[in-house]
Amino acid sequence: MYDLIVIGAGPAGITASVYAARKNMNFIVITGDIGGQAAWSGNIENYTGYQFITGPELAAKFEEHMRQYGVVVKENEFVTGIQKTGGIIFVATNKSKYQAKSVIIASGKKSKELNAPGEHEFKNRGLTYCATCDGPLFGNKNVAVVGGGNSALDATLQLIKIVKHVYLININSSLAGDAVMRSKVEASSIVTVLNNTQVSGVFGEKMVSGIKIKTKNGKENLIAVEGVFVEIGLVPNAEFAGNIAKNESGEIKVNYHNEVNIPGIFAAGDVTDVPEKQIVIAAGEGSKAALSAFRYLMQHR
Amino acid sequence: MSKTVKVYSTPTCPYCVRVKQFLKDNNVAYEDIDVAGDQAKADEMVSKSGQIGVPVVDIDGEIIIGFDKERIRKALGL
Repeated sequence: MYDLIVIGAGPAGITASVYAARKNMNFIVITGDIGGQAAWSGNIENYTGYQFITGPELAAKFEEHMRQYGVVVKENEFVTGIQKTGGIIFVATNKSKYQAKSVIIASGKKSKELNAPGEHEFKNRGLTYCATCDGPLFGNKNVAVVGGGNSALDATLQLIKIVKHVYLININSSLAGDAVMRSKVEASSIVTVLNNTQVSGVFGEKMVSGIKIKTKNGKENLIAVEGVFVEIGLVPNAEFAGNIAKNESGEIKVNYHNEVNIPGIFAAGDVTDVPEKQIVIAAGEGSKAALSAFRYLMQHR
Repeated sequence: MSKTVKVYSTPTCPYCVRVKQFLKDNNVAYEDIDVAGDQAKADEMVSKSGQIGVPVVDIDGEIIIGFDKERIRKALGL
């Protein structure tokens, strides 16, 4: 049985594991990938100590720091359940089963899905959740961006340099997000903003050839596009944490010691209800969670 | 005998950077194909992989989509 299992290896999970390693805890890290959302970020200019660093570079530095301690990382492995019985925490994954005295959940967030027919079928066949990655593949094509907040505006601003036309499909009556970005989007001659509209389907043969849209008053329409960029926000990776208390957004509730409603289980970073989702905050919360777990283990020998 | 490795990527894609760094760290020589400005190469990548998304790694004809470390390791015998 381990002292600790850290779930996730983004800024929160990696920082937690650095602290756990330095406390000589017997622990493992279980994670799908390394770096989390930070690895997906473009330019980072607000992580203390680096005036400028790219997401992949910072993720590589985080990983290097963690690996220096010889931390055991179970990569490409996904937690499916977590349960505490008789003082032991059981963690089940898609590959194995583990037992620990304490757990830190730092599993972060992932892109929210449209929940429209055709979405899964056409994922990576024209439909993508990463405009930064795949945007350049849609040179001179008509595309749709779905969403109305900062990430949708950011994707649109990246795409107008590349594509022929952008349809911005916004479910609300007006765009949200920063005024500066909004006015740039609205000023572009190749962007059509469709408010009060949602995507009701994605269609095509092998690849996407269009979307079905539906307005608030029920009017349906088809738009021919070869690319669909889904930018409707994020959801916490916490489905496996069935017994753990969450807020209305599905974020795990923590107190300022990073404790959840079950003793011995802690949570940190974007998966929690801590306000402000920032790399530096996730890292700080990860260190707090590791120190709390260490204190818990001292008290429960 | 070393295998022929091609990486189809875009300059802006974080996972493309990670794939290339991983290959460099393991001393694997590869051809970097930037599909952002090259429609013909982009089409080649789409037809090889049956999908539109980067990165795509071609290791002696074995197509690996995304930064799948385990599959890349296996294909290269690392």
